[in-house]
Amino acid sequence: MQQILKGKAFVYGANIDTDQIYPGRFLDLTDPDQVGKHAMEGADPNFVKEVQPGDLIVASTNFGCGSSREHAAVTLKAAGVGAILADSYGRIFYRNAINLGVPLLVCPGIGQKVKRGDSLSLDMTTGTVTNLSSGETMQAQPLSEYVMNILASGGIKPLIKQQYGQG
Amino acid sequence: MHAIEKILAKAAGKAAVTTGEIVNCKVDMAGINDLYLQTLRSFFEMGGKKVHDPNKIVVFLDHYAPASTIMQADNQKQFREFCWEQGIDLLMDVDQGVCHQVMVDKGLVYPGQVLVITDSHTTIHGAFGAFGTGVGATDLAIIMVTGQLWFRIPEIIRIHLEGTLPQGVYAKDIILKVIGALGADYGVYRGVEFTGPVLKQLSVSERMALCNMTTELGAKTAYIQPDEITLQFLQGKVQHEYEIFTTDPGYQYAAEHTFDVTGMTPQIAAPHSVDNVAPVARYAGIPVNQAFLGTCTGGRAEDLAIAAKILQGKKINPRTRFIVVPASKAVLLEAMANGTMKTLVEAGATFVTPGCAACLGTHEGMLAAGETCITASSRNFPGRMGSPKAEIYLGSPAAVAAAALTGKIVDPTEYLKQG
Ligand code: SF4
Repeated sequence: MQQILKGKAFVYGANIDTDQIYPGRFLDLTDPDQVGKHAMEGADPNFVKEVQPGDLIVASTNFGCGSSREHAAVTLKAAGVGAILADSYGRIFYRNAINLGVPLLVCPGIGQKVKRGDSLSLDMTTGTVTNLSSGETMQAQPLSEYVMNILASGGIKPLIKQQYGQG
Repeated sequence: MHAIEKILAKAAGKAAVTTGEIVNCKVDMAGINDLYLQTLRSFFEMGGKKVHDPNKIVVFLDHYAPASTIMQADNQKQFREFCWEQGIDLLMDVDQGVCHQVMVDKGLVYPGQVLVITDSHTTIHGAFGAFGTGVGATDLAIIMVTGQLWFRIPEIIRIHLEGTLPQGVYAKDIILKVIGALGADYGVYRGVEFTGPVLKQLSVSERMALCNMTTELGAKTAYIQPDEITLQFLQGKVQHEYEIFTTDPGYQYAAEHTFDVTGMTPQIAAPHSVDNVAPVARYAGIPVNQAFLGTCTGGRAEDLAIAAKILQGKKINPRTRFIVVPASKAVLLEAMANGTMKTLVEAGATFVTPGCAACLGTHEGMLAAGETCITASSRNFPGRMGSPKAEIYLGSPAAVAAAALTGKIVDPTEYLKQG
């Protein structure tokens, strides 16, 4: 996991649900590259065309609410999203993203403070977010040790494999 | 401790747990839905060869029942083969219905159980005093490998329901009102317990609707203390031994809210969020192209019977289509046996296979751009039932049936009186 992440912000409002992040009609796709082609399609059809590897998603409250579909985390990862910053998250989405090794931080108020296209820099160790376009800094809640350990291992799969892998 | 905490403590092999603590719990039953082939992929990616305990895994081919595309068919094929190879006997194939209803019909849910399914509405099983929660594919695969999963002990909120429920007003109306008042993210990371005298007026089916929709508050789990209504329902159904946990007197809830249902009117959640709720009068007169009755939220035998009461001897509006999806095979059989199905089909209903159908916008009742639907299901997110440019209103099964009859959103209580 990189310590400092830099990227352009894609900004969304409150209650962006998993149907908007990844529409239900594509749930039969299983190849991550295919899944990545529909990222954010319900909320923002231009997202996939504009996103560059390492870019950041910024949202207001309850990002990823709704269904349990891991596709919602897979699609953002496959589309190259570097990290997600939101006021709060839907709980299953939060678990899914961490399990896949996608950093996501709770940053109260960020949904109001960043504009689409702003350049952001995120320090993963301290949780400090700097808006390079406006100069403003914000503080995200630090990740728990449990979560950091999963992210540092590149997701939960390598961890479980180490502990329980049946050869 | 709260009953939910006691369930988790026991599953973690601990005498006590505290709010916020992370514990590893043994999982009594883990369910996988056909949408999530990723579960099997994650299992193998984590080095899995044999599942930890094949008797504690159940596979549901419900969201794509039966398959409408070659890809769906292939996903289901891989699930079947996995079950055969792994000795998983609880394979619920495309004839069975929605996971949650199948769990109940087959007596697989019981008080005190730790139940995890790859479906967000697993909160529904709080209606039986079980700890039910939804997870993603990889979390479920971890259970397949280890038999366990970590949980954070949630804060518990209490929702106290007072008063007498008017005729024609249902659990769905109550929960929509609660969600409208508290907001779609109010329950995130929290457990929600329902208490109060209204519970005595609610059947098990209605309690399930209540707990099911706590997911739309963002809740991790729901709970209703098992009582004689629960036990009577479970009797003869559940073979597994179970323990009923009770909350200690003086337990401090993180928050408490009281709702008085006396004089309440039917409620509607308007596009495009579940907390956009108002009394039905506010939306009365809006024409609907599709009325959708079914799902794990509003597709039980009682729900279909309410619709039949409204539509008995009548015909639906010619400009509206009426899609009916029994939640499970058992529901379908009951609707056949008691004449509900005949009444609805004669009135103009289109019956589709028990399962999720159009609830999540994959098949069997999709919406075109510019169309309006009223549904007894749980979500009205943009694109949930097809085109993101369609409008979805949520209401009770009665509100759906009355809309099918009149072709527009109306107060269903009127139509129940006449019936
Ligand atoms: S019926 Fe709808 S809410 Fe219930 S499990 Fe199926 S898709 Fe989810």
